[in-house]
Amino acid sequence: MQRVEVLIGKFGGFLVRSFETSGGVFLLLADTLRSLFRYRIRWDQLLEQMYFIGIRSQVVVLTTGAFTGAVFAAQVWFQFKRFGMESAIGPTVSIAMCRELGPVLACLLLAGRVGAAMAAELSSMKITEQVDALRALGVYPTEYLIVPRFLALVISAPVLTALALVTGIGVGYFVAVQIFGVDGAYYWDNTIKYTDRKDVMIALIKSFIFAIIIASISCYKGMNCPPGTAGVGKTTTEAVVNASLALLICNFFLTVLLNSVLYSN
Amino acid sequence: MLELKDIRKKLGGQEVLRGVNLRVAPAEKVVVIGRSGCGKSVMLRHIMGLLQPDGGEVFFEGKKLTGLGEEAWNPYRRKIGMLFQGAALFDSLSVFENLAFPLREEGETNEKVLRDKVAESLKIVSLAGTEQKMPAELSGGMKKRVALARAVIRRPDLMLYDEPTTGLDPVVGDSINRLILHLGKMFGMASIVVTHDMTSARMVGDRIAYLHEGKIYFQGTPEQIDRCEDPLVRDFVRGHASGMDVIG
Ligand SMILES: Nc1ncnc2c1ncn2[C@@H]1O[C@H](COP(=O)(O)OP(=O)(O)O)[C@@H](O)[C@H]1O
Ligand SMILES: [Mg+2]
Repeated sequence: MQRVEVLIGKFGGFLVRSFETSGGVFLLLADTLRSLFRYRIRWDQLLEQMYFIGIRSQVVVLTTGAFTGAVFAAQVWFQFKRFGMESAIGPTVSIAMCRELGPVLACLLLAGRVGAAMAAELSSMKITEQVDALRALGVYPTEYLIVPRFLALVISAPVLTALALVTGIGVGYFVAVQIFGVDGAYYWDNTIKYTDRKDVMIALIKSFIFAIIIASISCYKGMNCPPGTAGVGKTTTEAVVNASLALLICNFFLTVLLNSVLYSN
Repeated sequence: MLELKDIRKKLGGQEVLRGVNLRVAPAEKVVVIGRSGCGKSVMLRHIMGLLQPDGGEVFFEGKKLTGLGEEAWNPYRRKIGMLFQGAALFDSLSVFENLAFPLREEGETNEKVLRDKVAESLKIVSLAGTEQKMPAELSGGMKKRVALARAVIRRPDLMLYDEPTTGLDPVVGDSINRLILHLGKMFGMASIVVTHDMTSARMVGDRIAYLHEGKIYFQGTPEQIDRCEDPLVRDFVRGHASGMDVIG
C-alpha cells in the first residue's frame, strides 16, 4: 500500500515538474521574442553564434544527410526492385528526405551538438555568477545571452537542413545509379517530377520550428541550472534529451498539421 | 544614501533574512560580519536587485527600488558596483574586454577612450599591462583585482564587496583591503564589505554590523564592537567556538 502511495507521489512530482518546465520554457520563449524587438541586435554576438552553429555544424549535418540518403536509397531499392518499381525510387527518397528524414535527423544532431553547447555554456555562466554579474552591470541576460543564440539557431537550422537534403538526395542518386545500376536519367526525371515545392517547404518549416524548440529548451535548462558543478552535466544531458523528445513528439503533430494545411484542397 | 528596511527573505524553505535594517551614509564604509551561511551574500543580492525581498524595502538615494521590474532596476545598478565572491569575470572575454564591457554598455564606442580608461583602472589595482590575458590565466587574487577594477570603472556611488579577502593569502588579502580603502578615499564612494575576517573588518570599517539569525544583531564602531560584552558578538570577534558549536 505504502509503495503505491510513494509511486503516486513520485509520479505527481514528475508531473508538477514537467508542467513547471514547460511553463518556464514558454515564458522564456515569450521573453526572448519580446527582447528581440525591444533591444538593438548585438551583431557581434549573433555573428559569433552563427559561426559556431552555422559554419561549425556543417560537417555533422552533411554527414548525417549523406548517409541517411545512402541507406534510405539502398533500402528502397532492395524492396522496390522486387515489385519492378525502380522508377519510384528517386521520388521516394527525395520526398522522405524532405518531409521527415532531413529535418528530423539534421535537427536531432543539432540538438545534440548545439543544444548541449548552449546548455553547458549558460549553466556554467550561471553557477559561476557570471549571469548575475551581467545583471549587476545593468545588462538583461535574455537580451545579451539568449537572443543571439536563439536567432542564430533559428536562421541556421533551415539552411543546414536544406544542405542535408541536397546531400542526401545527391548521395541517394549516387547509390541507386552508380551502385545498383538504376537508369540515371529516368531516376532524376522522376525525382524532379514528383517532388513538390511543398515538400521542400515542409522541410524548412519543420526545421524552423525544431530550432525554436531546441533553443528554448536548452537556454531554459542552462539558465535554471542548480548550483554546483554536478548541475552542469545534469543540465546538459537533460537539455539534449528533453529537446530531442520534444522535437520528435512535435514532429508528429506538425506532420498532421502541415499536411492538412498544405494539401487541404 | 542606502537604506534597507525590514528586509525578509525565505529561500529553499528557510527564513534567511528576518527583518534586516541597515543604513549607509554617503562615503561611509560599513562592514557586515557574520558566520558562513548566515545570509550575508543574500543581503547584498537584495541591494543589487538580484533577489527580491518577500517583505521590506530597499531605498537608494531616496528612491524606493523594491517593486521595480528586472529591467527597471538597470539604471540604478549602474550606480552600484559589486565584487562577487568568485570574481565572476566573463570567461570568454579578455581582461581588456571584461573592463571595457561596462563602458561599452554605457555607449562608449571610442576605442582610444576605452583603452585609456581600462589602462588607468588596471593601474589602480596594480595589474597594468595584463589587458590581453584571459581570466583562466589569472590567479585567484588577480581575478579579484580585475573584477574590482571592472566594478569601479563606472565610478559607482556605492560599492558592494562580497568576501573580498576570503580564500586569498594574508598578503594579497591585505593588498585588497588597502585597495578598498584607497578606492573609497579616491572616489568618495560608500561601501558595504561583507566578510567573516575580523582583521579585514577592523581595517576597512567605519562601522561594523553583525548579522545573526537573519537580523543585524549589533552594530557599532570597531572600538565599540571590541568592547562589546555580548557573548555572541564577543565569541565571533575573538574567534571562539562556544556552546553547541564545541565539538567533543
Ligand atoms: N538560491 C538559493 N536557494 C536556496 N537557498 C539559498 C539560496 N541562496 C542562499 N541560500 C541559503 O541561504 C543561506 C545564506 O546564504 P549566503 O547568503 O550565501 O551565506 P553567507 O553569509 O555565507 O554569504 C544559506 O543557508 C544558503 O544555503
Ligand atoms: Mg557568501
